[in-house]
Amino acid sequence: MDFWFSELHTPSVKLSVQVDRQLYSEENEYIRLDIFESPEFGRFLTVDGYIITTERDEFIYHEMITHIPMAVHPDPKRVLVFGAGDGGVVRELLKYPNLQRIDMVEVNEGVVEACMKYLPFCASGLEDPRVTIYSENPLRFIRHIENEYDVIIVDSAGFYGPGESLLSREFYGSCCRALKEDGIMVNQHQSPFYDEDRLETQKAHKRILENFPISRVYQAHIPSYPSGYWLFGFASKLYHPVKDLHSRRWRSLGIETRYYTTNLHRGCFALPAYVERMLEDVENIPD
Amino acid sequence: MYNQKLLLNQQRAPIYEALEEFRRNRVVPFDVPGHKRGRGNPELVRLLGQQCVELDVNSMKPLDNLCHPVSVIKEAEELAAEAFGAAYAFLMVGGTTSSVQTMVLTACKRGEKIILPRNVHRSVINALVVNGATPIYVNPDVDRTLGIALGMKLSQVERAIEENPDAVAILVNNPTYYGICSNLKRIVELAHANNMLVLVDEAHGTHFYFGEDMPISAMAAGADMASVSMHKSGGSLTQSSFLLIGPKVSQGYVRQVINLTQTTSASYLLLASLDISRRNLALRGKEAFSEVKRIAQYARTEINKIDGYYAYGEELINGDSIYDFDTTKLTVYTLDIGLAGIEVYDLLRDEYDIQVELGDIGNILAYISIGDRMRETERLVSALHDIKRRYKRDKSGLLDREYISPQVVMTPQEAFYAAKEEMIPLEQTEGRICTEFVMCYPPGIPILAPGERITGEIIQYILYAKEKGCQITGTEDERVERLNVIKERL
Repeated sequence: MDFWFSELHTPSVKLSVQVDRQLYSEENEYIRLDIFESPEFGRFLTVDGYIITTERDEFIYHEMITHIPMAVHPDPKRVLVFGAGDGGVVRELLKYPNLQRIDMVEVNEGVVEACMKYLPFCASGLEDPRVTIYSENPLRFIRHIENEYDVIIVDSAGFYGPGESLLSREFYGSCCRALKEDGIMVNQHQSPFYDEDRLETQKAHKRILENFPISRVYQAHIPSYPSGYWLFGFASKLYHPVKDLHSRRWRSLGIETRYYTTNLHRGCFALPAYVERMLEDVENIPD
Repeated sequence: MYNQKLLLNQQRAPIYEALEEFRRNRVVPFDVPGHKRGRGNPELVRLLGQQCVELDVNSMKPLDNLCHPVSVIKEAEELAAEAFGAAYAFLMVGGTTSSVQTMVLTACKRGEKIILPRNVHRSVINALVVNGATPIYVNPDVDRTLGIALGMKLSQVERAIEENPDAVAILVNNPTYYGICSNLKRIVELAHANNMLVLVDEAHGTHFYFGEDMPISAMAAGADMASVSMHKSGGSLTQSSFLLIGPKVSQGYVRQVINLTQTTSASYLLLASLDISRRNLALRGKEAFSEVKRIAQYARTEINKIDGYYAYGEELINGDSIYDFDTTKLTVYTLDIGLAGIEVYDLLRDEYDIQVELGDIGNILAYISIGDRMRETERLVSALHDIKRRYKRDKSGLLDREYISPQVVMTPQEAFYAAKEEMIPLEQTEGRICTEFVMCYPPGIPILAPGERITGEIIQYILYAKEKGCQITGTEDERVERLNVIKERL
């Protein structure tokens, strides 16, 4: 059988993945959700036709969006996660024994249920007693919260009609307020490679700069995402992402990873010249 | 109601159907428009799409003619009349401005009087410049806290009628831009008892005809003519509108008045959009507007949880100058956070990528309609929250009045065509009679209309509005630093 899933990365570039079978499909007021089984990427989740999580490469995304802030913050106890319905971020967070509470805001209950059933390699931790899942609009959830979280992880990959409200200035403003005075926020920053995506990267970076004194960008290689090259944003009120990294402390936790290492942590903030320039372009715009 | 002949099938959309058929027939065009289904203008096709430019066609037998409808346009008008409960409905392509002007030009002529609230849209007074009728203004009540003009009090209307028994018509806003309704039913009774026509500007009231628990619509209240901005809450394309009439008004005469100024090349994109939107509202309007109300109510509740903003609603109703309130209007009073409405309006766009309908001295108005969803509503609420956090300041020094009662010295037409002294610096015009309009846009309600005296208070208001960033329009001087005034000092 010649059964392929295709995703347009630009109007003229397409990634196709051969599929064995479709495991699940759902359409609700917010999104269309599909889960497929494929020979190369294993099981994968798509939202509105975009690949969000694949069994084969999800570890890269989830480790990089989670361990970078967790290794910098000296004592993270309360973490807030947006999106992340596949459970990958929560799985990584649960590796920290001192973590007391994870609040997860996922507007789509359907995503959580489907992932628990079909992507157990990701979603296994969602029923842990430390985790509370709020099925609520993210902006509504956060706008009245003040000084509560140590770390906020914005795992928005295309979830809310291309993550729009999670790219807005009001959202980052609210996050900044919800963090404690030494809090850290991490979000995904799109790929800098294709023109359309690059604008999103720049916009996210600008919006974060307006709200946080420290805002740095880091990179990872994610084969199933457009261009295979992905950026994340590290925003913080106090800690520097590299100077304040506590390598020895992190290694002493004995956390097992496949992509993240403290050496990679130092290296991933070193960006290609074209990405640096593109970020400087928005940094230099007078407010 | 008036159409008692037979129930029409509201599932039909005759203009749309005729266009579909026309497309299937692949007629070879040797007529205008000259782009010939887009072939002559490929850049335009790239912008608008093939389907759109193919529908941009000229009047012809199978598609009828808006200047004298006999087939599909007539059917569409009859369907619209039935849907709105009117004796007849005209499809309009010159915006609701053209509908309002047709009402005024139909109802009165040179030397005749028309009673109207002063907080009308500029299109009303424009029509008076054209036809020379005399406005008898009823000064609207003003809410002291919010600074906005309200509806007309019944007692004021009664007095205006007593003092001007020779007036031929009364014009009413239903509702105002801010959602405020006068007691339309009683005004209609009063007017009809005194042989006056009732003209209703319903630019902001399309949904009254379809939603549940809405203020009364003009046709239901027995008014004689109503201008309905289908493109605002009704969902049709910008510039399309309906003009509705009751049984006392001559359909043929209204058509003649329309044709005085209407284009003879009406756009079928606009006509088809009216046809389809009427069908949509007739079939699904009730549910759609109940959702609009729900979203607006949710936003109001959430915004009122943020200390410093006031999103007002039905609690304003006072039985007279606020006889009813349109709860789909989301207006937020901002002065308590130390920012003028126009400043919040600018911040929302420049910093938060959110465009709201209007910002004036003390308020912003977010237009909630059939295209809205909760997720954008959450963004608006959160952005207001963030604006308060970042930009709140002391409120002293802020003006709080939107409305200044005018001193009318002569009719708009006399003033507009009078001998002028041109381009006088604004600051030196105190006491003179203005010959042109000055208004903030939106809302487009004149601060000064031709024939009104310029006072120190008005000059201060204009300078303040300019400083705060309001878009001031209407004057010959595009920078609004100078005004034209009447030569004699009256």
